[in-house]
Amino acid sequence: MRAKHQRLVLGLLALAAIAGAALLALSALKDEAAFFYAPGDVAAAAPPLDRAVRLGGMVEAGSLRRQADGVSVKFAVTDGKARVPVTFRGVTPDLFREGSGVVAEGRFNRDGSFAADNLLAKHDERYMPPQVAGKMHKSESIEQ
Amino acid sequence: MIAELGLAALWLAAAFAVVQVLLAWGAAKASRVTGERAAIAGVELMRALRLTTLVQGLLALLSFLLLIVLFIRSDMSVVLVAENSHSMKPLMYKVAGAWGNHEGSMLLWVTILAMSGAGVALFERRLASGTLAATLGAQAAIGLGFYAFLAFASNPFVRLNPAVTEGQGLNPLLQDPGLAFHPPTLYLGYVGLSVAFSFAVGALVMRDVGPAFAKAMRPWVLAAWIFLTIGITAGSYWAYYELGWGGWWFWDPVENASLMPWLAATALLHSVTVLATRDGLRAWTLMLAVVAFSMSMIGTFLVRSGILVSVHAFAVDPTRGTFILGLLGLYIGGALALFGARAGTVTQGSTFQLVSREGALVLNNLLLSVILGVVFIGTLYPLAAQAAGVQLSIGAPFFNKAIAPVALVLVIATAVGPLLRWRRDDLNVLLGKLLWPASAAGVTFAVMFVMTGATHLLTVLGLTFAAGLAVASVLPLGRRKLLRTPLHIWGMVAAHLGMAVSLAGMAADSAFTLERLAAIKVGDDVTVGPYRVILADVRPTIGPNWSGLEARLSVRRGDGRPFDLFPQQRFFSTPPTNTNEAAIRTMVDGQLYTVLGQGDDQGRWQLRLWWKPFVTLIWLGGGLIALGGLLALIGRVRRERRQADAETYA
Amino acid sequence: MRRLLIWTPLALFAIVFAVVASGLLKPGDRLVHSAMVGKPLPQLNLPPITSDKPGIATADFGRGKPRLLNIFASWCIPCIAEAPQLMKLRKAGVEIDAVAIRDTHDGVQAFLQQYGDPYARIGDDKASTAQLALGSSGVPETFVIDAHGRITYQHIGDVREEHIPELLAQLEKAK
Repeated sequence: MRAKHQRLVLGLLALAAIAGAALLALSALKDEAAFFYAPGDVAAAAPPLDRAVRLGGMVEAGSLRRQADGVSVKFAVTDGKARVPVTFRGVTPDLFREGSGVVAEGRFNRDGSFAADNLLAKHDERYMPPQVAGKMHKSESIEQ
Repeated sequence: MIAELGLAALWLAAAFAVVQVLLAWGAAKASRVTGERAAIAGVELMRALRLTTLVQGLLALLSFLLLIVLFIRSDMSVVLVAENSHSMKPLMYKVAGAWGNHEGSMLLWVTILAMSGAGVALFERRLASGTLAATLGAQAAIGLGFYAFLAFASNPFVRLNPAVTEGQGLNPLLQDPGLAFHPPTLYLGYVGLSVAFSFAVGALVMRDVGPAFAKAMRPWVLAAWIFLTIGITAGSYWAYYELGWGGWWFWDPVENASLMPWLAATALLHSVTVLATRDGLRAWTLMLAVVAFSMSMIGTFLVRSGILVSVHAFAVDPTRGTFILGLLGLYIGGALALFGARAGTVTQGSTFQLVSREGALVLNNLLLSVILGVVFIGTLYPLAAQAAGVQLSIGAPFFNKAIAPVALVLVIATAVGPLLRWRRDDLNVLLGKLLWPASAAGVTFAVMFVMTGATHLLTVLGLTFAAGLAVASVLPLGRRKLLRTPLHIWGMVAAHLGMAVSLAGMAADSAFTLERLAAIKVGDDVTVGPYRVILADVRPTIGPNWSGLEARLSVRRGDGRPFDLFPQQRFFSTPPTNTNEAAIRTMVDGQLYTVLGQGDDQGRWQLRLWWKPFVTLIWLGGGLIALGGLLALIGRVRRERRQADAETYA
Repeated sequence: MRRLLIWTPLALFAIVFAVVASGLLKPGDRLVHSAMVGKPLPQLNLPPITSDKPGIATADFGRGKPRLLNIFASWCIPCIAEAPQLMKLRKAGVEIDAVAIRDTHDGVQAFLQQYGDPYARIGDDKASTAQLALGSSGVPETFVIDAHGRITYQHIGDVREEHIPELLAQLEKAK
């Protein structure tokens, strides 16, 4: 390789690497981006059934029920406009309780309910997931 | 009074930073003029510049130490202390409280920045004085931006009038020895990269890009990289045992924020070696130095502005975000513009053949850049989507899918690179050297494939590549006398071996982990993998500032000796929070991970149990990588010093 | 070609910077606006919650004068914050009705005693049905109902000092 050309080739390789990263990322994004839903969005338009999504809102007061097996819970997520029933099997996160903000990862069932694989509760009292904060705006948590 | 002193020290440090920029400008100018008088003026200016840099560093340190004193004394007349501390808190967490919040952490940031500038001024003797002056000037210019940020947008020393009697505590999740020292470690890494950035800017300004500049920069890159490696490894282990989810990496924006500078620093570390040893990859190394620090600033920005959704909680404040973004635009944009204007004048370094050490390092750099690009896009894509009005999140499936294949190719490059000679090598000789690694990989693949089948192809490949890399990484020691092998070679071997170990741990965790979730009464038992776990007892327990429930699990593996584990649920009163404390038993061949969940009205308790074979290898590998960095750093610094001494006496 | 390559990083950075800046400076509309604005008030028929005030019915609105309809609850902290502003509006001659969300007789009574009582009528909405019918997603919210019984304006969140002029202007328009 001629000296003068080598640098150009290296520069082009770097550019190709960046383009490759972008292509790789975009192709994976098409399949794996989890869209975020609030219960109100679900009521407005049917959500997709075949892909992982996130559902965010508040755990509706009075809706939390433990199941007979001791490790499953059912509850409803609400954004004040609509509610979605959610089922989850596992140990609920530390800060998960009625009235707390929650983001559930999982899939929608055909009947409009949501099967969660994972629950993300807010980490401290001051924190609310911005996506939830975007859809809720006032305190409804005083009511126990 | 202490708070006012702290603020005064901060302002003084900022004033010294201004002086430092001016002196640097003068010294850089003087270095271009020839003549005896100019030379004397240059020497005087350099002496003043070094002294100013040192004083600025000490003033920033003083300011930060005064903040720590305020926290130790629980001075509730200071807003920051009242909001983040509590008089009942253990001393260690009072100290850690000083940086466990936005203002304090930014003060720590700028303190490390100023101190590392002082370090350069003290220890750097071999670099041309003009380049050194420009470097110190750039370092002070970065510092000025952050002093302004502290003074105008996040002053840590604001008084509270009237003072409160008790503070609001610190997030109990953050009351953990690992996490208390986690942010400072990461910051040392982030800010260490600022030195590399300043060196790059200095070299561009003075048009002095060559091996001398690379050798001056290398120890700083190495040191920053070591801290980043430790920080990421420790952070991963913290998330693993503290969050109680059994996972060790969540591809969370806050985690990505620390991973991106690490990836860039890893690439930089390798390209700077090419520049120092072979005088190649000049412009590329400059670019990487800029990118690495950009990633540090973007990391700080992402965490501190709260614009991305994260499971790790930090304050959300758009004003501060805007300020940091402004600084980011100024410094990074400025450096890239400088790069655009000057890179054309950087002449071509020495060239090399495709099959050579340089070739492998270029491949390493390209692959690391691709991974960095993917992480970057995955982290920021939700933000771009939000600008377009779509709410979405990017999680582990995306990153695993996009990164795993590239990472596996990177493993091959890592295995092959050290076996190649500089400049040019013979492909046939290389293939001969690869016999042993390839056989190790082949055997592993066969065994794993038979054991687990094609369903876990990625994890099978992970273990296969880990085995190959492990063998290949120790080959460079093969024909050497071990005692006379330079320390930096040992460092490289340890770091590459660490990568293999870590990869093996990751693959083993995803291939062999067994999980059990059950609700059982006291006295009942449940099995997970080879373990039989009896819930012996659940009873109340108390700690210094929490109360909780503690389960006693009596565990037995086969016919082995039984042992007890004590997973807890803790309730903190200030602020009201509860946490799960996992109990973990580390065995030679893995970890048993137990979490106590809620009780129900029938007297049953939720237990979540994992048997994770060889999971500890992940962090062991991380430690090995950091150790490798440390060995290389010591080796390089000693060699540099010897050469500097030789020059002095010659 | 080389010149182009050298400037590529800056161009890429500029794009990323623009995206991030737009995300930061325009954090998106964080409020849920009611689809009911501009439409007639939905059918409401709420019983009284306190002993001395009537409940709320759709027929009470649109009688030639605009009115405010305040969604509140005694358990809601922002509602306490906005109480003085509502009192000011009342003193300025504005007629205010309220829907109490998931509340009790005693709770509302105590709230009014402590923070002032600007309301003419208070409807009891135990199940949040009226709230949902209005398209309100939280507490507190304040609607302007015009002289013809149509919803013309929705204020989301607590009414602060600086919101009063806008509310008065909306009430003026709604005549």
